[in-house]
Amino acid sequence: MNNVSIQHISKKYASIEALQDISLEIQPGELFGLIGPDGAGKTTLFRILTTLLLADSGSASVCGLDVVKDLREIRKRVGYMPGRFSLYQDLTVEENLQFFATVFNTTIEKNYDLVRDIYVQIEPFKHRRAGKLSGGMKQKLALSCALIHRPDVLFLDEPTTGVDPVSRVEFWDMLDRLKKQGITILVSTPYMDEASRCDRIALMRAGKCLSVDTPENIRRSFTRSLWAVQGAQMYPLLNVLRNYPEIYSCYAFGDAHHLTFRHQNVSDNEINALQEYLKTNGYTGVELRKIEPSVEDCFMAL
Amino acid sequence: MRLNTLRYLLEKEFKQIRRDRFLPKIIFIIPMMQLIILPFAANFEMHNINLSIVDNDHSVTSQQLTNKILSSGYFRLTDYSPHYNEAIKSIESNDADIILEFPQGFEKRLGREGTNELLIAANAVNGTKGGMGSSYLSSIVQNFNAEKGYYPADLVGVKVTATNLFNPHLNYKSYMVPGIMVFLLTIIAGFVPALNIVSEKEKGTIEQINVSPVPKSLFMLSKLIPFWVIGFFLLTIAVGIAWLIYGLIPVGSLGTIYLFAAVYMIGFTGLGLAISAISSTQQQAMFTTFFFLIIFALLSGLFTPISSMPEWAQNITLLNPIRYFVEAMRMIYLKGSHFSDIEGHFFMICFFAVLFNVLAVAGYRKTQ
Repeated sequence: MNNVSIQHISKKYASIEALQDISLEIQPGELFGLIGPDGAGKTTLFRILTTLLLADSGSASVCGLDVVKDLREIRKRVGYMPGRFSLYQDLTVEENLQFFATVFNTTIEKNYDLVRDIYVQIEPFKHRRAGKLSGGMKQKLALSCALIHRPDVLFLDEPTTGVDPVSRVEFWDMLDRLKKQGITILVSTPYMDEASRCDRIALMRAGKCLSVDTPENIRRSFTRSLWAVQGAQMYPLLNVLRNYPEIYSCYAFGDAHHLTFRHQNVSDNEINALQEYLKTNGYTGVELRKIEPSVEDCFMAL
Repeated sequence: MRLNTLRYLLEKEFKQIRRDRFLPKIIFIIPMMQLIILPFAANFEMHNINLSIVDNDHSVTSQQLTNKILSSGYFRLTDYSPHYNEAIKSIESNDADIILEFPQGFEKRLGREGTNELLIAANAVNGTKGGMGSSYLSSIVQNFNAEKGYYPADLVGVKVTATNLFNPHLNYKSYMVPGIMVFLLTIIAGFVPALNIVSEKEKGTIEQINVSPVPKSLFMLSKLIPFWVIGFFLLTIAVGIAWLIYGLIPVGSLGTIYLFAAVYMIGFTGLGLAISAISSTQQQAMFTTFFFLIIFALLSGLFTPISSMPEWAQNITLLNPIRYFVEAMRMIYLKGSHFSDIEGHFFMICFFAVLFNVLAVAGYRKTQ
């Protein structure tokens, strides 16, 4: 059983509540995302699950093994890729992979099929020291090293932070392929747009788990109609919109403002009224269009 | 499986040490420099003491004594003043360290009464130089007295002779070199591995090891063994240098030296590990290391004799492992002491080895 089960985990650092009563069930073979901004507690949760940190209360198990009692067994069966690149910079690509294979008492040859897709991309540089690799290549090497012992569960802590958009997409494609091999994957990310690549996600903020569901269901739970507003002078426009009594919420979202109204079903009349309001405040040519909510909108609404 | 993993961990350590741009140099060059330069520089024998002579007598005897003093090799005549008041100026201007004044009628009175007085005035700003200088001077004068058959009034019939046992020429280098070897081992075994472990913490690589099935103890061992090996290697080189440059061969057994070194290094790696347990950056580790190293060094008897320390400081040195090894090393090297002579030292070093390693284990338990 490659499942991960978390029950009422809490962890405090001095006065900061890093995790508050977190409970999650991750199914075998699932690609599960922990989504949340910095300080949400994602790394702390990973460190508890990978036996690096003890929780203050609650219990957790990985592959049916308790993270406190069976830590030795768990360490054989999980792969962990920390958020910060933490391979030996003064060893070459090949030496790093070889090293981690040996540390887990296996060989590159035995599990080569699992890492091949990823490793072939960095193999041309196998005699280069890890410290001299580019960011994307470092990340591929780190993933290879985390996989070389064929773990049952893979923990990836913000693997795409600081990686260019093209490599990010590539990285998620690699995760899809790994998922097909039956590996349970837990991945954390601050990027909401990556949430849709997960089977299920947990939205986290300030140590609390706000919502757990498939990205689809989370989007569907957004019941208000969502409107995108674009115009000149975006920042003053935001304040003007917020002053409009019928507006429920309004926040900057990329190059547009997203807003919702106080009641669920918004009629054309109300939109026209808003347009009039904006015109009287000196904002002409403001474009309003109805859009589908993204995970980030759901996160903002929570 | 354990052995295989350890072998691979060691292979990785040696690779990293070799590839480090700085470490191999610091490991080999600096200790060698210490051994080659320090014994010459850290020399407490006084040469070139600047002497100012005020000769109010101008007699054959005063001339003879002056010649004897200057031919001793310790003194350099930098000033010859007709008057004490002028001589004192040369001390003020730092041209002279010591004034020797012959009183008027020195020779005459000496011949008539068999006794006389000389004035020795030393600049005590540099206490060691002043003190040693005036005592050298007095002993030369005493020698002179003996040759001429004069004795100071209160010492009639008594003659003091000193023989320097084990280091007959009072060669300061023979005394320093064995002590410096101890210092080398302290740095290599105690502090370099500690910094090495902390650097893995700093870079985050230790996280990757921690999530692997490799036990922490095995990982630590892989950090320590290379430096034990390097420590023995350096000790051997040091023994070679001592022989080649200083002609110094241990009178006692090399085996005893290596046995002491082995336990000593295990002890200091324990201290290093304890430091690495409480530090999360190399900077912190460095400062903690400095704290211990300087206190241990100054209270080890390496530079200043423990017997000349105040009693409370002497008591503190009892808690200093370096002290025991420095003493033992000197006894083996110069005196040829057998293991049975320095058993006490050996047990103290064993005691510290156990103590430091218990501290290290406790430190790591707590941080987990």
